[in-house]
Amino acid sequence: MIEVDAVIIGGGIVGASAALFLSKAGRRVALLERDFCGSHSSGVNYGGVRRQGRPLSQLPLSQRAHEIWGQLPQLIGINGEYQRSGHLKLARSLNDLHALQDYAASSLGFGLDLQVLDRNELRARFPWVGEVAVGASLCPDDGHANPRLVSPAFAQAARRHGAQIHEQCAVTAVEHDGQRFRVSTQTGLDLHSPWLLNCAGAWAGKLAAQFGEAVPMHAGHPAMLVTEPLPLVMNASTGVEGGGIYARQVARGNCVLGGGQGFALDNARARPGQNAVIEILRQAVELYPFLEGAQAIRTWSGTEGYLPDRQPVIGHSSTQPGLLHAFGFAGAGFQIGPAVGQALTEIICSGASKTPLDAFSITRFHSISVA
Amino acid sequence: MKSVVIIGAGPAGIRAAQTLVAHGVRPVLLDEAARGGGQIYRRQPANFKRSAVKLYGFEARKAKALHQTIDELREQLDYRPDTLVWNAEAGALDTLHEGRAARLEFSRVIVATGATDRILPVPGWTLPGAYSLGAAQIALKFQGCAIGERVVFAGSGPLLYLVANQYAKAGANVIAVLDSSPFSAQARALPGLLSQPSTLAKGIYYRTWLTAHGIPVHQGATLKRIDGEHRVQSLNWHNAASEHQIECDAVAFAHGLRSETQLADLLGCEFTWNPLNRAWLPQRDRAGRTSIAEVYLVGDGAGIMGADAAEMAGERAALALLEDIGYLIPPQRATQLEQSLNTIGRFRQGLERAFIFPESWAADAADDLMICRCEEVRVGDIRQVVREGHWEINRVKAHCRVGMGRCQGRMCGAAAAEIIACESQRAVSDIGRLRAQAPIKPLPFGLEVEP
Repeated sequence: MIEVDAVIIGGGIVGASAALFLSKAGRRVALLERDFCGSHSSGVNYGGVRRQGRPLSQLPLSQRAHEIWGQLPQLIGINGEYQRSGHLKLARSLNDLHALQDYAASSLGFGLDLQVLDRNELRARFPWVGEVAVGASLCPDDGHANPRLVSPAFAQAARRHGAQIHEQCAVTAVEHDGQRFRVSTQTGLDLHSPWLLNCAGAWAGKLAAQFGEAVPMHAGHPAMLVTEPLPLVMNASTGVEGGGIYARQVARGNCVLGGGQGFALDNARARPGQNAVIEILRQAVELYPFLEGAQAIRTWSGTEGYLPDRQPVIGHSSTQPGLLHAFGFAGAGFQIGPAVGQALTEIICSGASKTPLDAFSITRFHSISVA
Repeated sequence: MKSVVIIGAGPAGIRAAQTLVAHGVRPVLLDEAARGGGQIYRRQPANFKRSAVKLYGFEARKAKALHQTIDELREQLDYRPDTLVWNAEAGALDTLHEGRAARLEFSRVIVATGATDRILPVPGWTLPGAYSLGAAQIALKFQGCAIGERVVFAGSGPLLYLVANQYAKAGANVIAVLDSSPFSAQARALPGLLSQPSTLAKGIYYRTWLTAHGIPVHQGATLKRIDGEHRVQSLNWHNAASEHQIECDAVAFAHGLRSETQLADLLGCEFTWNPLNRAWLPQRDRAGRTSIAEVYLVGDGAGIMGADAAEMAGERAALALLEDIGYLIPPQRATQLEQSLNTIGRFRQGLERAFIFPESWAADAADDLMICRCEEVRVGDIRQVVREGHWEINRVKAHCRVGMGRCQGRMCGAAAAEIIACESQRAVSDIGRLRAQAPIKPLPFGLEVEP
């Protein structure tokens, strides 16, 4: 039997940063990961570290995450290829450009420092962007990082601060005996703790349902691909207003592109699918003409949890004291994840998160689940 | 209507096609090459006029028969050369032909994707002038080129003597053959090898011929490193007694072959560890049926058995496919093929004893030795990730990029697995299996799509 202050289910960036911040605060933590830490969507996502484009309700938390990212090497021991390259959101029509202007206006005061560029400014500053873009919005301090390195490093850092990290350790049963949680694993562990953190990503719905608060979550599978190394061209991470292709170039020269949806192979594995891959290969050259003739060498996908409003659930369970949820990040959890881990830590250590989490309460689905 | 599809027009794929056609089925035959024959019986470009005997030696009759078969079958097949299958999903194959992407749905598929060299790198292996044995052979067979003027062949496996022999006969100056297997291993393997006396005789012939023509053949000889400023200029090798240097301008090396299993993986086939091949291989029964009802595996792509076995396995799997879709097949023929395949299997076990895997390679590899040339990952980078606590090969890949580049691990995967196993003190069977990811080979931006 293992007695800890908090059991965390899920070794993605949210769970691992909660483990890190809780251990740094002196709490005894056990993190249980079914596969390997950061091996699912935290580790295989696009790698955007972006505030721009998030719903306004996420911006305080996202801004907080931005500060944590600024301290990344001190926090997790590696730079994770993190660079504040800027994030450029492209508009393909004047309507889209207006939408970007509206967003820039409404997000004023959150610290994003957005700059809306018209066609000429865009050409002058980012000459590699295709003619199809009529303008863009630039968030100069957003950027990108390597999720394969960053997310597992949060777990490693937590381990260095004393957290127990149990990989290949699927949870088989969770119960609450009125005083504390009892968690059993496939590997035979039996853990007791007053706090339980549900950070199980796309698979978190099962635990929520067990405690009587089912959520209408579905899984998404982004299609991703990477090119062979190319001459350095892109000096910003990019996305497109209204959705579509997103792309960045890493220091080695490889361009990482995403867009469209793949499909699930089973409960835990996904593939990008040929449709989405071919669409990226065909459409990317309009937005990024320098890619003409380049080759994609690898494709992949992952499994992300989406709630109907594309907002995460973060905070207290409404049915079970001691249970905290943090899941359903709709493919946008990588940047914000460390701040979520910190907010959960504050709930446990000081009773409340410094950043308001009301918008992310699980209770917003209660009427839906009843219906 | 969904087709019966064969992927790969080598010995296995062609015999499978022939068998299907003989029973009235018109399969689609997809092949990445321009002309059928596979690697072993690769055909020279149409305007090259070397004789079959010159190209294929002892195997000329088999090569000609196979080429003749596919030529005669052309009208009865939907034959699609120059076609890469870059992805597979349940029930469908995604292809690329002359810059056009298309999807082909199949009712059944016979996967005959063949093999490539198993490479255990040595310092200097990325220098111009260093080739794999298979590549050296293709240069000669296909283009009529030698890889250099003064050539050394090194490593182990039957291909070592065969290629050395082909080069010498073609007039190249073969300076030495360095066989890493000791003579004692080959003597011990003799009982197994006697199950295929004619193949054994050929092996002995190649060796004897080389010696008779004054070409030094060293056994228990390990290629230590390749040196040169801009290309290969010399190499060092050692045996139990001493270290030697040879001046040369090209070297070809490999330690046997490895199966091309990516498509089987993408198709969802279950894999198991195969100690004989020292690799994860898709499961199949004696007839070539896999864990996926619509998928059959034949030839070296499902485990290294050689070209003769590939022809038999192609025919056997085609019979199984026919039987599975309701055709009556001659049961005695199926049994006969399985018996022959069994005999070759025993020979194959003998070969593995004769050309033993150099188990000490990983422990001896220096930290600065390049393993993954696509991503420039060195032995020390892999060891560092293992020391950080990672041992599962896909995790190690995620952390240091080994196997992440253009070749998708086809070149470096086997060597990386050995390094990870050695450093984590696990068996090479206990570090997981490198998962296949589409595209099997690079895919260009701006491709066109078949409507």
